[in-house]
Parts: sequence; structure tokens; C-alpha cells
Amino acid sequence: MQMRATSINLSETERLASALGGALLAAYGISQRSKSGAMIAAAGGALIVRGATGFCPGYAAVGIDTRRSDTKEALAGSRGTPVETAVTIARPHDELYRFWRHIENLPTIMPHLVSVKDRGEKRSHWIAKAPGGRTVEWDAEIINDDENELIGWRTLEGSDVVSAGSVRFKPTGQGETMVVVHLQYEPPAGKVGATIAWLLGHEPSQTIREDLWRFKALMETGEVPTTEGQPRGRQSILNYD
Amino acid sequence: MKALVWHGKNDVRVERVPDPAILNPRDAIVRVTTSAICGSDLHLLDGYIPTMQTGDILGHEFMGEVVEVGPANRKLKRDDRVVVPFTIACGNCYFCKHELWSCCDNSNPNAGMAEKLYGYATSGLFGYSHLTGGYAGGQAQYVRVPYADVGPLQIPEGIPDEKVLFLSDILPTGYMAAENCNITQGDTIAIWGCGPVGQMAIKSSWLLGAERVIAIDAVPERLRMAREVNMAETINYEEQDVFDTLKTMTGGRGPDKCIDAVGLESHGATFDAYIDAVKTSTFLATDRPSALRQAIHACRKGGVVSIPGVYGGFLDKIPFGAAFQKGLTFKMGQTHMMRYMKPLLDRIQSGELDPSFVITHRVPLERAPDMYKTFKDKADGCIKVVLKPHPETVH
Repeated sequence: MQMRATSINLSETERLASALGGALLAAYGISQRSKSGAMIAAAGGALIVRGATGFCPGYAAVGIDTRRSDTKEALAGSRGTPVETAVTIARPHDELYRFWRHIENLPTIMPHLVSVKDRGEKRSHWIAKAPGGRTVEWDAEIINDDENELIGWRTLEGSDVVSAGSVRFKPTGQGETMVVVHLQYEPPAGKVGATIAWLLGHEPSQTIREDLWRFKALMETGEVPTTEGQPRGRQSILNYD
Repeated sequence: MKALVWHGKNDVRVERVPDPAILNPRDAIVRVTTSAICGSDLHLLDGYIPTMQTGDILGHEFMGEVVEVGPANRKLKRDDRVVVPFTIACGNCYFCKHELWSCCDNSNPNAGMAEKLYGYATSGLFGYSHLTGGYAGGQAQYVRVPYADVGPLQIPEGIPDEKVLFLSDILPTGYMAAENCNITQGDTIAIWGCGPVGQMAIKSSWLLGAERVIAIDAVPERLRMAREVNMAETINYEEQDVFDTLKTMTGGRGPDKCIDAVGLESHGATFDAYIDAVKTSTFLATDRPSALRQAIHACRKGGVVSIPGVYGGFLDKIPFGAAFQKGLTFKMGQTHMMRYMKPLLDRIQSGELDPSFVITHRVPLERAPDMYKTFKDKADGCIKVVLKPHPETVH
């Protein structure tokens, strides 16, 4: 099942305002301990749901969508969450570029991706795992391609995920390469989602760092380190992961 | 196969678990002929190391025979006899190329966890919590060894297991501790802790040219081993004031170099040691560093404090003023194993070294849970326990 873009019709600002306002109303309503207080609390609850899901039934009924769909506009100013992370890899930059430019390789180092399909003419289709066993899909295009130095991309209109980013390969002079990824993204559930994900320990910037470690390990050692499939004794349900 | 499994604080059991398999192209599977319990395993038993999970297989000092190799492993072959170092290193990254093997960039699959706690992730270790990779350990009949074309050292036939087993950890660890002291002619080395690593550090200090070695502990048989086997002078910290005694023994100057071979679960008869015990048991601090405090306090001006003892978290009331004002040098860390294993094997083969003197107990793997307790309580004269995972092992 996919999280369809059409199920969100509220802007980030409106969602945050809705969720916070709802929380205040609910707290006030509950504190009244009366029938009218209960109604206020219920209204607050509805606003919280509206903020968390990003979907307003009233807006949907009259065809209002306060989201913006253009990538550049969607990520402009404070709207996108920027991530920048770097890793130094003891391999030549052209080799690293080639691996990355063959984008169908990427699920090897990014286990959250189900698949990447190169559709030619710098366009590609991506399928990634999402919470609750669901998937998200998007189309992307390479908008910048400097051989052996830089690859820049952005998602195309109508995608579940709105992001733009680049990966830069800078030789250090010691036969190593500094790889810098810059990403600007609006995750599927927007800032609310990023906050919740951060609380649960699956923040996208962390994911990108881990992807880069796997990239480094694979390029330097020929394999990605793992313990998956090794023996272990009886486990308790109290284990944390 | 059978393996020793961690189930919680003071709860380890021998269980039947699945056999290991090759998971990556450079892996090897080793049939363990001899394994050991390390003093640092007691930190796991006591619940001092975070990120342990029930079901984890312990053990990081082991050796055996190669029974299977991955398709990309061009160094090992079936039936090779190997000692496996406790640190896992890829051999390709910046740190491995600079022989900082225990700082390997690539061998810890849980790098994110380690980065959060330490800023940067260090190498994977066998059987030593998920912070260091969560690799299944060697107190088992079989072990999967990742990057097995880098770490394992091939051992020629004819040398018994017990003479080379400790190349897996405590001998290189004690040796690096002494080497980190930069011993020069006339140096007096003071060593806190006469457990197996402390004993190896005493031996290594002599090898590296120390003039005097003074060893500190409170367990009578460990002090006796330090004195009678390894020719050190000794101080019993329950009977003598360590600082005053060291100062007098060194003519008022203090020991030139100090080694903390105790680590994060320091005991001790001083006031600060009791405060630490209370704080760690109430989670106000994570480590009990009373040996380290003494070493810093006792070290002579301009001296070196070398730390092979394991620390994992946050230390309370370290006399940093003393360290700064006296201009001390600190050297520490997990051992860069592959720097030392081959040269030390040569010394063992030439007869110059025989680290098997520390062994006090030899038992089948099934008895490992009892032995953890015996070792922890320092009962029955226990200094080093060697485990035999296969009943028919003849080495």
C-alpha cells in the first residue's frame, strides 16, 4: 500500500498550527471538567488529527490544497529540512562517482530502498520502505552531472517525497575522496513526521550517514559489514530493538 | 552448536544455538579448539557495558581451526590453525593502513550507535555488546570471523594452544600497555592490577628494559604470581597506602610510568572507591575509576599514564589538575592487535615468552557459567580460565 500524495492537503505551517492549537484547546477543554469542556476537547482532538495527518476533510470537500507541489517552491526557504554529511573514502573519486551514477546500485548501500529503476534520459523511479510495512514511490531526475565530481538530482512533481540533493566527490590528494552529500527534503509526513521519526530514532540525516558508511565499507573492503544471520541464544522480549 | 549466552546481569548460560554461516565474502568459520574468559567479560557479566541484548554470545579470546572460508578470502584455507584477535579490522581503511587497527572505520555495523556515544565509531569486537558491532563471540564451538583475511594469525603445528591462545588479547594488550610507557633506561613502572593483563604488562615491561616494576593488587595469589613468577615488587593496597609506599620506594620521586590494568570496575580500600560504588549502583556515574585516580596522583612529574584497562562511559572526579600541573602523558585504547601478534608469536617460538603461566583453571565449555562466578569472586585462586568447547580437543 502506498501513502498517496493526495491524502495530504495542508501546508506544513497550517499543520503545525492545527496540531498545536488543537492541543491547547484539548488541554483547556479537559481542564473544565464539564459537558461544554468535553466538546471543546473533542474539537481540539480533531484539530490534532488534522495536523498529524495533514488532511482536512473540509478542505478536501471544497477542493482546497494548501500544499505546494513544485519541488523548488516546496523546498524553498525554511520549508525543506536540510542535511549535509561527509565521509572520506580511501578510493579514487572516479570509481566512487561511477558506482553512484549507476543509480540502480544504490539499494545495496541503502537498505531502506526497495528498488531504483533507471528509466533513461536521467530519469528514474524509486521505491522505498515506509513505516507500517508500506512503501513510498517517487520519480527523480538528475539535474546536474559533472563526470567524476558531482551528481545533483531532484524529485519530480507528483511524488510522495519532495527532495533535492547532490553528492560531491572531491579528491583529497592522498588517493582518498571526500564525499559530501547535501540533501533538502520534505519527508512524507512533513515536519511533524520528521519530529516523530527523530523521536523514534529514524531521522533521515541519520539514515543518510548510515548509507554513507555502507557506501564507504563497500567501496573500501568489497563488502558491507553485517551480523544479520549470525547465531544467537534465546532472546527476551525486553530487548530494545 | 553450544555457546555461552548472556541473559542479563549475573546470568550467563550454555545453550544450543544455530551454527554460524559465512555471511560475507571475506569471512571464515573457525572451529574453536581453545577459548578463554577475559577480565573484561566480567564487565559484561556485571552489566557495566551498555547495549547488551539477551541471547548475545560472549567471548573474544579464542583460537581454532578454519573449517570454511568465504569466496573472497585468499589468505586462509581449510584446516589452517589460527589465533583470532579480539578486534575486527578491515585492512583497507585509513586507520588500518596506519596500523591503528582497533580504530577500524568499517568493521562495526552499528557505527551510528558508537558515533552517538563516542563521536566516532571504533572497530567491531567479538562478543562485546552491540556498541562494538554485536558480533557473536568465541565462547562457542564455532565462530564466524569477519574480514578473516586480515586479523587471524596462522600458527604452525607443534606449539600447544595454551602457549599461543593469549595472542588473541591479553598478551598484546599487556605488551602495548608497556610499549605505550616509552620505557627508557632506569625507569620504574608501577602497575595497578595483577590480573592477566597486569601480569603480561609486568613481563612486557621487563622485555622493554624497565629497571624496576612495582605491581599493586589485593588478591594474595595474584600478588604472589607477580612476585614469584614475574619478579615484580608488590604493594597490597588493603595493607599499605599506595601513594605513600610508592613515593618512599622511589626515593620521593614517584614511578616514572604508571599502568592502569584495572579499568572501569576498580575496587579499592579508599574513600573515593566506596563513593564510586554507591554512585555507579545508583546510576550517578558509569565507571569506577579509583585505580586511574591513584595512578595519576602517584605518577612522577612529566611521567606517562598508560591505560589498557577498559573504560566505557563517564568518569567522575578525575584529578585532571594533577595531570596537567605535572605534565603527564596519557596513552590508552583498545589494542592495535595486528601490530603485535606476529612479533610476539616469534618471541613465543624462540622460547623468550610463555604466557600460559597465568592459567589456573581448564574446564569444558559447559562449566563456563560456574567459572564466570569463580573468576568474578576471585575464588579458588582463579586468575585465568581456559575453556574447551569440544570434548575431544587434544591440543
